[in-house]
Amino acid sequence: MVTRIARRGVLPLLLAAVTRPALAQQRSITLASTTSTEQSGLFGHILPIFTRETGIAVRVVALGSGQALDIGRRGDADVVLVHDRAAEERFVAEGFGGPRRHVMFNDFVITGPAADPARIAGLGDAVAALSRIAAARAPFISRGDRSGTHAAELRLWQLAGIDPATGRGQWYREVGQGMGPALNTAAAQGAYVLADRGTWLSFRNRQDQRILIEGDARLFNQYGVMLVNAQRHPHVKAADGQRFIDWLVSPAGQSAIAAYRINGEQLFFPNADKPEPVS
Amino acid sequence: MQDLASAFTKAFGLILSLDPAVLAIVALSLRVSLSALVLAALIGLPMGALLAVARFPGRGGVITLINALMGLPPVVVGLLIYLLLSRSGPLGSFGLLFTPGAMIIAQAVLITPILAALTRQVLEGMWEEYAEQLRSFGAGPWRAVPTLLWDGRFLLLTVLLAGFGRAAAEVGAVMVVGGNIEGFTRLMTTAIALETSKGDLPLALALGMVLMAIVLGVNALAQGVRGIAARWAG
Repeated sequence: MVTRIARRGVLPLLLAAVTRPALAQQRSITLASTTSTEQSGLFGHILPIFTRETGIAVRVVALGSGQALDIGRRGDADVVLVHDRAAEERFVAEGFGGPRRHVMFNDFVITGPAADPARIAGLGDAVAALSRIAAARAPFISRGDRSGTHAAELRLWQLAGIDPATGRGQWYREVGQGMGPALNTAAAQGAYVLADRGTWLSFRNRQDQRILIEGDARLFNQYGVMLVNAQRHPHVKAADGQRFIDWLVSPAGQSAIAAYRINGEQLFFPNADKPEPVS
Repeated sequence: MQDLASAFTKAFGLILSLDPAVLAIVALSLRVSLSALVLAALIGLPMGALLAVARFPGRGGVITLINALMGLPPVVVGLLIYLLLSRSGPLGSFGLLFTPGAMIIAQAVLITPILAALTRQVLEGMWEEYAEQLRSFGAGPWRAVPTLLWDGRFLLLTVLLAGFGRAAAEVGAVMVVGGNIEGFTRLMTTAIALETSKGDLPLALALGMVLMAIVLGVNALAQGVRGIAARWAG
């Protein structure tokens, strides 16, 4: 009996299971983006609005900015939305996509344990804070994953004239993971960490971590969006992808971004219509 | 301690409230893992049975290889499938990357060696008992394979459950090839990983308990079917 069921039922079932998603397809695009935009809940807020207006579903694959750009390079996404300006400009210059449009910004913060062993609270200067952390050899968690936040952190170390690699394995700890796991590790180890404000605000396992440095102009965090080059990857859904980008930078998309709040606090600030500040 | 208690409360809440989002994730997880199990069984069971009965040069090496493949790191499988299914890879034109189909393939690749190795182990014992008898009917190894699989069906149920358990519990490979896309490729395990990284440990643990409950349910169901079938068979 079992074999009869197997013979009659299994193959069609199997074929249906593997191919169904490809057949019964709603109009959709794949968006490679960052953990900060996904995990902060921004996409959960704005994407349904876009889908309602256009009938196009947006499937988000959330990774670090570097990996998200790599997915675009391989042609496995239609649109890339990340926050690492230098890497984005390289992506465009290499002909993998573009043009790059800026969409919104927020900022990074440095969080650390309430005890603040390196005494950085109130400094207001991110670069000086890193110098003190290095001098005190206080534990610092680095993303270490080529994400936009990792790139921003490395720029700050460079400004401080410090090569954190010399403290690797001791006070400088690279987790090679997303923002959430890095914050989890920092909370567990009583370490300092550079975080984007969106992830920090939506992060639940803070323990005694708190914001110690914020408001430094060098903590500015710009997000940009690019269409993957359809000439290089012909299957890219260029029309629908472009429609999404146009919507993001339109008044409708920009006000949807501005309307997203956690506990009354705005997470992302739309700036598509303003000239981008030079970093 | 408080987190644990709150995780239990949340888990019961999630199960009792029949939250549609959670139900959709549960349904997709079951669909993916059961499909992977069927796919892997179609390859793994006959392969294991054949290895149990056939004697050929290099058989020992093949058995060692399959046993070793039981320890395939999921992330490595994920990466291999990713590179194969990527638009820039050899199978890119199927557009399977970041779809449930890709996750089914990844889980099937992971559990096929498990099914093959355990099937070989289980049926080899039976073959030693039966070989004489089957040979006296003039049946060669090829003819013996379906007979052995049929006669060993109750023992093989445990093998299938082991494969299902591994598929359902796996996170590394499906994360890479599925992309953990909300409402499309998000499974129980990738949802747990996501909630952990968002720092919502009670919710992550609660989802883990729901997953355990499902796996338990599937096992109980399989045991029940086995019991009824065994009585039927007399």
